Amino acid sequence: MGLEDQAAVKRVADEHGSGVVVLLGTPDAESTQTLAQTVVAGDPSYAGPLAGVPLGLPVLHVFEPEVRDQVPADVYEAQVALMEMSLDRDAILAGLREARRVAATT
Amino acid sequence: MELRGKKVIALGERDGVPGPALAECARGAGAEVVLTLTACYV
Repeated sequence: MGLEDQAAVKRVADEHGSGVVVLLGTPDAESTQTLAQTVVAGDPSYAGPLAGVPLGLPVLHVFEPEVRDQVPADVYEAQVALMEMSLDRDAILAGLREARRVAATT
Repeated sequence: MELRGKKVIALGERDGVPGPALAECARGAGAEVVLTLTACYV
């Protein structure tokens, strides 16, 4: 995640406290894991404002069935369905599961 | 996790689902969107 984006996420998380959830639209397993790690445990590259800052935010991906089920079908169809068909959904969600596993053990 | 009533940070990506599309989904689910970003890696 870019340095300015990290600063924005940190500011918003600090401002709103609990009840903040991160919704990802990442296109592959690697970016999903990296981004999830950044907003849960801190910037893994130790370069940005989130370096050493474990925000511990809950992370969801828009391709997850539990997210899709909460979005009106016409909205999901218009905004997400095409990308979901063209990307490797299973690999992305496997990346998210791995990020959650790592977060739970650290 | 129920999104209704939550504050959502929408972290989109140009090669995946962009931030504004995520924000639309979050709002549709009853959440408040507090930040929308779209990363672009080239």
